[in-house]
Amino acid sequence: MKLLSNIAVSESGYLFNPTNGDSFSSNAVATDIISLLKQDKNPDEIKKAILEKYDVEKSTIERDLDEFLQELRDNYLMDGDVR
Amino acid sequence: MTAESKAKVRYERPIIRKMNSGLMNKFGTRTEYAPTSHIDSVPVKRIIQEYGSPCFVISERTLRKTYQSALRAFKTRYPKVQFAWSYKTNYIDAVCNVFHQEGSWAEVVSGFEYEKAIRNGVPGNKIIFNGPDKSTDELKRAIENESLIHIDHFDELYDLIEITETSKKKAKVAIRVNMDVGVYPLWDRFGFNYESYQAWQAIVKIMNCDRMELVGLHCHIGTFMLTSNAYSVAASKLCDLAYNIKLKWNKSIQYLDLGGGFASTNTLRGSYLPGSDSSPGFDDYAEAITSTILNFGFKQEDLPLLILETGRAMVDDAGYLLGTVLANKRLSDGRRATIMDFGVNILFTAFWYEHKISPAQEFTHHTEEMVVYGPLCMNIDKIRESVSLPLLSRGDHVVVHKVGAYNMTQWMQFIAMRPNVVMIDAKGEVHKIRERETIDTLTGLELKPDHLKTFKL
Repeated sequence: MKLLSNIAVSESGYLFNPTNGDSFSSNAVATDIISLLKQDKNPDEIKKAILEKYDVEKSTIERDLDEFLQELRDNYLMDGDVR
Repeated sequence: MTAESKAKVRYERPIIRKMNSGLMNKFGTRTEYAPTSHIDSVPVKRIIQEYGSPCFVISERTLRKTYQSALRAFKTRYPKVQFAWSYKTNYIDAVCNVFHQEGSWAEVVSGFEYEKAIRNGVPGNKIIFNGPDKSTDELKRAIENESLIHIDHFDELYDLIEITETSKKKAKVAIRVNMDVGVYPLWDRFGFNYESYQAWQAIVKIMNCDRMELVGLHCHIGTFMLTSNAYSVAASKLCDLAYNIKLKWNKSIQYLDLGGGFASTNTLRGSYLPGSDSSPGFDDYAEAITSTILNFGFKQEDLPLLILETGRAMVDDAGYLLGTVLANKRLSDGRRATIMDFGVNILFTAFWYEHKISPAQEFTHHTEEMVVYGPLCMNIDKIRESVSLPLLSRGDHVVVHKVGAYNMTQWMQFIAMRPNVVMIDAKGEVHKIRERETIDTLTGLELKPDHLKTFKL
């Protein structure tokens, strides 16, 4: 499970997939997660980083991250199986 | 929240949104970012804490303001105007009494509503009794109270002829007239038809019965009328009948009742334009009706009283439904679905309107297109097919706008109890005006035969 290497990500959260021309906007938490994925962090490391920065319950980020990774996959932004 | 968590950044569900081009309509997409955190200066959060979720809220200030603006629209154009509160639109006593305090008579369509109006203290001669279902006892009572009986069909007319033979008082009656006003659908199931002379036949019958007095003429041309011109046609046809009654019997009709049907500013399902842009206002309706009557040619002393039974346009804006997000999920096609704690059982008007839903707390500008479902275990329980809302999470509160009409009368008790209804008065005080139902509300009405009282499993 990895963010596709050719995905361009700006600091403001703009994503561009040069393979199919899709572009996306993302909110702050999503931008942070994507940047951690770019640094090859695994889900546990991502959760830890988000918990340190944001005011959020562990169970919430657990649930939201699973769904978000699936969403990235659905939009052809990741390879590998997230399940 | 701990001191440590206060220093942390506010969290929001992670989201990416695909950017599309060339799909917008010319108005752009509508997004409800602006939170409705207060209603008449009362925090939504506080109302939910005290009265639970979901909860209906009525703004007394808006009720009175709307009534006064409707009255002003008509009174500045016509000398004799009387509103009658349409009980079926919202018959919670506190709501009815706001309108009665403002000067409204009562307009009822059943024996139950008639009884409610009497209990609220409305004098019998200020109750308009409409509808196709009036029992003999109800008619006798209405005659005794000198209520205005609006006859719906010939069977009722014959009933009245029979009843008045033995009653001490004359019945004060009007007929409901249906007619072609150039809009579809034509409402011809209530009252007597104008074009086929059925209405005239009914008038002749009443005029020939000395135990009945024809005091008015009534019509109710439809509901959510988006053209004011239809009322001009209706007023003209009622005037024509009144004029001919004067010619034939030298009798002046005391009032013309143009009924209700004025549209509120809600947006009908499937509308291209929002309701606030497409609904005529009170001034448009008033201009169409009053100019027709004034220009018809009545002598000044023969000008009839103009009665209006506006319900929806009077109460819709004053009603809010507060609710809470129960869950979020993603549907098989990728769409986001949000499940609320209120469904079509209490928000009946979700079948007709694309209700405006606002978050009750601040969010960022990020939004998601979503389907909004209710909590019922039924496929029809859909509040909005597609709406762009901020990233709502479980436990977040929302406010549904303009729900004052019909919901609190047509709501269904289905798998859950109906919630509290509160009213915020002009000073910002919150009053409970209808108690949340309990299981005893229902089981108290049920009876178990002896052989079904026990069982073994």
